[in-house]
Parts: sequence; C-alpha cells; structure tokens
Amino acid sequence: MAYTAQDFKKGQPRWCPGCGDHFFLASLHKAMAEIGVPPYQTAVISGIGCSSRLPHYMATYGMNTIHGRAAAIATGCKVANPDLTVWQISGDGDGLAIGGNHFIHANRRNINLNMILLNNRIYGLTKGQYSPTSPRGFVSKSSPYGTVEDPFRPAELCFGARGHFFARAVATDAPATIEVLKAAYRHQGASVCEILQNCVIFNNGAYDSVYSKEGRAKNAIYVEHGKPLIFGENREYGLVQEGFGLKVVKIGENGITEQDILVHDAHCEDNTLQLKLAMMEGPDFPIALGVIRDVAAPTYDGAVEQQIEEVKAKKPYHTFAELLKTNDTWTIE
Amino acid sequence: MTAEVKIQPIDDVIVLFSGDSGDGMQLAGNIFSTISATVGNSISTFPNYPADIRAPQGSLTGVSGFQVHVGADKVYTPGDRCDVLVAMNAAALKTQYGKAKPNATIIIDTDCFQKKDLEKAAFKTDDPLKEMGIDPDRVVACPITQMVKDCLADSGMDQKAMMKCRNMFALGLVCWLFSRDLDVAFNFLREKFAKKPAIAEANIKVIQAGYDYGHNTHSSAMNVYRIESKVKEPGTYMDITGNKATAYGFIAAAEKAGLRLYLGSYPITPATDVLHELAKHKSLGVTTVQCEDEIAGCASSVGAAFAGALAVTSTSGPGICLKSEAMNLAVIMELPLVVLDVQRGGPATGLPTKSEQTDLLQVLFGRNGESPMPVMAALSPTDCFDAAYEASKMALEHMTPVVLLTDAYVANGSGAFKLPDLAQYPAINPPYVPEEMKGTWTPYMRDEKTGARYWAVPGREGFEHVLGGLEKDNETGAISTNPENHELMTRLRQEKVDRIQVPDLEVAGDKDDADLLIVGFGSTFGHLRAAMNELRAAGKKVAHAQFKYINPLPANTAEVLKKYPKVVVAEQNMGQLAAFLRMKVNGFVPEQYNQVKGQPFVVNELVAAFNDILNK
Repeated sequence: MAYTAQDFKKGQPRWCPGCGDHFFLASLHKAMAEIGVPPYQTAVISGIGCSSRLPHYMATYGMNTIHGRAAAIATGCKVANPDLTVWQISGDGDGLAIGGNHFIHANRRNINLNMILLNNRIYGLTKGQYSPTSPRGFVSKSSPYGTVEDPFRPAELCFGARGHFFARAVATDAPATIEVLKAAYRHQGASVCEILQNCVIFNNGAYDSVYSKEGRAKNAIYVEHGKPLIFGENREYGLVQEGFGLKVVKIGENGITEQDILVHDAHCEDNTLQLKLAMMEGPDFPIALGVIRDVAAPTYDGAVEQQIEEVKAKKPYHTFAELLKTNDTWTIE
Repeated sequence: MTAEVKIQPIDDVIVLFSGDSGDGMQLAGNIFSTISATVGNSISTFPNYPADIRAPQGSLTGVSGFQVHVGADKVYTPGDRCDVLVAMNAAALKTQYGKAKPNATIIIDTDCFQKKDLEKAAFKTDDPLKEMGIDPDRVVACPITQMVKDCLADSGMDQKAMMKCRNMFALGLVCWLFSRDLDVAFNFLREKFAKKPAIAEANIKVIQAGYDYGHNTHSSAMNVYRIESKVKEPGTYMDITGNKATAYGFIAAAEKAGLRLYLGSYPITPATDVLHELAKHKSLGVTTVQCEDEIAGCASSVGAAFAGALAVTSTSGPGICLKSEAMNLAVIMELPLVVLDVQRGGPATGLPTKSEQTDLLQVLFGRNGESPMPVMAALSPTDCFDAAYEASKMALEHMTPVVLLTDAYVANGSGAFKLPDLAQYPAINPPYVPEEMKGTWTPYMRDEKTGARYWAVPGREGFEHVLGGLEKDNETGAISTNPENHELMTRLRQEKVDRIQVPDLEVAGDKDDADLLIVGFGSTFGHLRAAMNELRAAGKKVAHAQFKYINPLPANTAEVLKKYPKVVVAEQNMGQLAAFLRMKVNGFVPEQYNQVKGQPFVVNELVAAFNDILNK
C-alpha cells in the first residue's frame, strides 16, 4: 500500500509560529510516507520538551514520555517488539542533558532506533535557559553573564559511544531532511539524525548561516557517500586532507583539480575523517549536512532474536513445565 | 550403622555450616537440605553472606554461613540458634558461635585452627575453645583438611582443587550424624558436575570419607539422630530460593498470558539473581536487558509494556528511588508493569546484603502526584512463585504497575517447592481492546467492571494512539489541563486500584477468642507463625494474620483488626505497616514490635515481646 504524508498526520501542532519543529514535522510525515511502513507498525517515542510534543501530531502509535528517558523507553519497545519501526524524538536537553546516558548507551548497543535530535541549543519549554549544546559564553536567563562551560557536539558523543550512523540536516531544508530520515530508516541500528532547528523565541538566529537555501549554498557542504567533498555557490571549493586535519581548497587554484578532492566514505569503519567532517564549523569551514557516517554492524535487537533462536535450538526445554523438569527434584509418594 | 550407636528420633534440627567465603558452605547446606527434603522433612534455609567484596581468607569479615532447618513437622523459618555448628576455620567459630544453642554440637577443622588462623580470627590465646568458654566435650575436633588430602592423594588433583572438597567432608559427617542416605547427595553432585565427572567423584569420595569418619569414631560428643516426617504431602518437589521462585513466577505468568517476558534491570544486591535466572531462559523466549542504570531498567520496561510484553523490572530499595519516575509514567499511561523490590537495609546504600522491610512506604507513596499503585509482599521463598504470578496477573488485567515486595531474607532463603501445574493456575486475560471498537475507541475507554483501560498493542491497525506523561482527556485521549478532567482522571486511576479484588485476610490460631492478634506483612510470615505456635503451645490465646496484599487491603481488614482486644504489628522497620493501617482503619491503635537489625526476626525474642504485651 502506498502512503501519503496525510496518512501520518494528526492534530494541530502547538509550536510557536516559525519554530523549526514545524518544518521538521512536515519532512517526517513525507519521509514516513515514502518509507512506506504502515502507521500501525510505527511507534514514535519522545521525552519532554518542545520538540517532544511531536508524537501527538503523528497518526502512528506513540508516547510522549518523561524527561530524558525517550531512548531507554524506545529501547524496551524495540527489543520487546522488533517488528515495530521505532522513531525516538528528543531535543538537545532531553537527549543530551538529562538523557545523555541513555543516548550514549543506545548508540553503544546499536539498538535499531531512528534517533532524532532536534538541536536548537536552548531550553524552550522552560523558557530560555542554556542547553548542553549552547556555546561557551552563551547568555541566557540562567547564565546572565555567559556560560562558563563547553558544549557537547552531538556527533562527537555519538562517535565516542561507537555509534554507526550520524547524519545532519537543517530543519528548513526539506528535501535533504527527508533523504537523511530515509537513510536513517534504512540503516539497521541506532541512527542519529541531528536536526539544526531554530528557536524563534529564545535563540533566534542560532543557525542563520545555513538556515536559508542561499546560506547553505555558501556555508554548508552536502556530503554524499562516494562523491568528492565539493561545495560553494559555484562548486568551486573542496576539502582535502592536510596533516591530521582537513583543509578547504579552491579548485583551479595552485594546481588543484577535482581529482585532488577527498571522496566521502560514510561506510568507513574508522570514524576519524567522518568526525572531522562532522566537527567542521564556520567561518573557516562549511557545516557538513547529509549522511556523515553509515556503517553496517549487528543490531542489539537483531542479536537478541538470533540468540533466542539459537538457544531454542540448543536447549531441550521450551515451556515452563519443561523448565521445571531441568531441576533436581524428588518425589514424595 | 554400628550396633553401639543408638539412633534417637528428634523433631527438628538446625545446622549452621560456616566457613570462609570460598569454602562452599552454601553447596554443603543445599545438599543437606535436599537430602532431608527427599525423605519428606520440611526444610527452610538461609544464607548469610559477608558484605565485603572479597575479604582476606580466614578473616572475621570473610565468614559466610548457610543455615538449614530440617523438621518432621512444618518448619516456618531457618530457625533461631543452631543445634549443630560446622566451623571450617577459627574465624567461623569466633563469629558464628553466638548463633549456636548452649548445648550445640560443634564440628571444627582443627587444621584451620593453627597459630596463623587464630591470629587472623583475633584469638588472644592458643586455646580458642577455652577462650570462648566452649565445653570441649561438645566439640568434634577433626583434622578435615589433612583427611581430605589423604583421601584424594591418588586423585591427581592439585592442592587447590582438593581444598575445594573440604565442605563435602563436613557434609558427610553431618549426614552420618542425622543418619542421612548419601545416594541423594551422590546424584546431586553427579548432576551438578555432569561435565566434570572427576570432580563429582572426588566430592563423592570425600563425603563418604566424612560419613565413615563419623561412623568409625562416633565420638562421645555425638549421638545419631533421625528426623522422621510427620506430614508428607505427596508430590514432586525441588529446593528453590525466593529469587528463583520469583523468576519462575514471571515465566509462568508470561506463558499463561501468551506474552513475551521482558525484564529491564540493573544489577543490585540482593535482587540480581532474578536477572541471572531469567537471563538463562532464552529458550522460552525470555528477554532480559541489562540496562545502563536503574532508570533505564524501569523506563525500558515501560516501553516493552507499551509494545505488548509482560514487562518486569527488578531491583532493591535504592533502585526504587531511581525507578519511581518511570513507575509514575506507567501509572498515568495505565500500562501493565511489575516492579520487583527485593528489599535490603537502608537508607542509601545501607546494608546491601541484609534484610529489612523498610521500603513499604516508599513504594506506596514515594512518587509525585496522586499515584496509586497496588503493592503485594511475598510470604516465603516458595510463595514468591505465586506472588510473582499474581502480581503479573494483576498488572496485566488491571492495566497498572504493581509492586511486588520481597527482601534479602526471602530472596536468598529456600524451601521445598512442590512443582506447580500451570494448568491449575487461573487464566490471565488482559483487557485487549475488542476489534469491534475500531473507529470509536479512544485510549481511556475502560472495562466497566475493573475500570482498567483497554489495551491496544502496536501492530493493530486502526488503534493507533499516543500515550504520555501529561494528563489526558478521559474521552478523547488528547492532552488536557482541564481542572474537572484532571480530578476525574485522578479519581478513575484511584478507583481502578481500589476495585482490585484481593483475597480476605486469613486469621490463624485462636481466631475467635485470641487475647492478642499478631499482624505482619510479607516475609516475616514464618517467624510470626512460629511465635504464635509457641505461645499457643504455652497455653496463650493468640492469633496471627499476615498481609500479602497491602494495596488495596483485603476487604475484611478493619473487621479483623478490630476484633481482638490487643493487636501487635510486628515488622522489620520502624512501623510502616502500622502507620498505613492506622491511616486506613479508623481508630486502629496497635502495639508495635519493630526491629531494624538487618537480620531475620528471632522467634524467642518475638515470643518474649508478645508475652510482655499479653501481660500488660
């Protein structure tokens, strides 16, 4: 059966006008329609926060749970019922502050979850405190003199937790977001998608450099597996490896040709260069968008099912009555 | 048996095997209790582990004990003080002698009472018996280590492997003392070491040597006894610990309900054995996830419940503190979940290996908001099976999280468990949303009788819905802050729990004319029942009622509590059940007996305290 975005839509979102979550939600509906898993086989599980309201706008099964626990709850849901396609929705506070532990362990275990991190670098629902992704010195209601702490970089956490999939998209960039979501679905295992999403009320302009199409043309690079890492309004720049890092070069200058440009390898087991891509930021580097890492690995839930089958084949007891008989027993006449 | 040895019949005996943590006291105790149960004796066991991670060998803190109570009649507890103390080293004698009756027989391994052993055990002289005031006539002093070495000299085993058989020598000696048939022990060992037949045969040889030693020397300290069985209930039995019985109860309930069993857990003493046990049974489809923390243990179980599993999370008190958030989520989402709390000494890390009943008020009230949750407490190691089954049934049929309380005592203790026939257990029928409600169903529509909301498991077309931690509209299931709706939902959640039917409180003893009613909950059942029996044997009019169901309380609770002139609530906390009963039963003012030592009640102390109350 072919689905349309309409089949996944429900209710009237209550986010502020202009909030990046609206854009993302529309892309998610479209991506799910294209993926084609029925709404009744889909579970969307969030924690608490502005973006965690999202399940209420889905015509799928879903839960809008408690702060920080979305990844843990999604884990139980997927492992107990592996037939479900499970999407986990969290903001930067939900996913990386209170839920940081669950985020890294879901990645480490490689639970087959599509983990969406809507990163606006601010606490919106509690009205404007800094988040674990706010830059050092960030001034907010809870940091009137600027924060004195460094932020997490989601990709770094994902890679540090031995994650096998990391992608990034800008909320307003629907086509690229949809592609990233479809890739996350196709990837078997924990698939982290960082969505750069603007909070118009408390942190407006956080992603100005890439929020518009024009901005992205100038300040972002769309990475694609097997393709050279070329960007710029006229595709005039490229990335090359230099020493331990990356370097931006201009094609045609100093004898640089397209052949010299680094070719993206999202499937490379070694995440060194993928991390370098994910960590790039302006003004010296473009922000990397698209699927940065996508490496096949056994999933936890798949391995559990496999182990159940193996043990079933190996052990002679399959019912409770048979289990009882495996014990030392005695009979009193 | 030689003719010179007279076999005396006795009613019951308590044997305490004690030694270093690595001495295998639990195995010796287990085999002794199994042999005894095989001939129809009633058994009750209790291990006592050191809290140290790995205390130095021979040290006082490294002593581990395993107590076995064997009786011709029903035994309710592992017993207060022992009749036979096996002390495998000097430290064991030093720490365990206080748990022996004044006339107890004491078996020691003299090879482990050498100068260095005595020093480690902080003896001041080289005569430990004199130093402790022990009559040498009561002591069977036996060079166990040397005899084991001699016995296994031809086995080709190394020194370390031989030393692991010392426990079997002591067991053989105890078996002779109580004229036990060794065949059961031999079979037990052959099964246990099925993959290492040489080890099995070595152990068997040593047991026989221990038995023969008793037989050949029949030292003056020893008489030979026989415990006949007075009540034999026919059936097939196994020895089972409370934790294992709990795990089995969950497996049985999942099978009966036709659901996958999911356990989300984090290792914590004394609950971890439930995780260990369930992790073994993938051949029954049991899924266990050892989570990153207690929070995820419970949270993932809530996810599994949503996904349609029988979801369980297991922990002890400190874990409940962390799980309470996700337990509350299950309350508002009205999902079935069993939370197992194997209580231990608190607060904070407290006494991890010791037993208390101090989590009762935490599980009843330790959550934000109005958060009603059924609470049950298992009565004995074997009752853990039924309790786990019933808690699962309650959770699934009433769409609610349920707390099952056990504790270190009941979890680690064991008893003879009559193998249950699952066909005889009541069916488990969760309120799955009927197919004909498709199109009109909303998530908070309820079964008229129970008040439980219908369960729509993901995967069913046409029943897609969103649950959550925010208050929902009773009719539409959408987020609602409507004041009337919130009050309605609060009352509906409470009423659902209140409507759960639990069996009436049973009163034992002098139920019509008792001067004193003894009341307790959960694992103190055996001690309180034994205390009642002793008081009645002494001519006192006493009754006993034990709560297994605490929320909701049995319907006849007030009637029972108000019937007797005096009521004592005895519990291993500072009065938590008493407080709850005072809150629930108007005008109820009980006497209290409270003990918070991390140790099981002592029947003699209970009897003395209850006599004081009777005489007041």
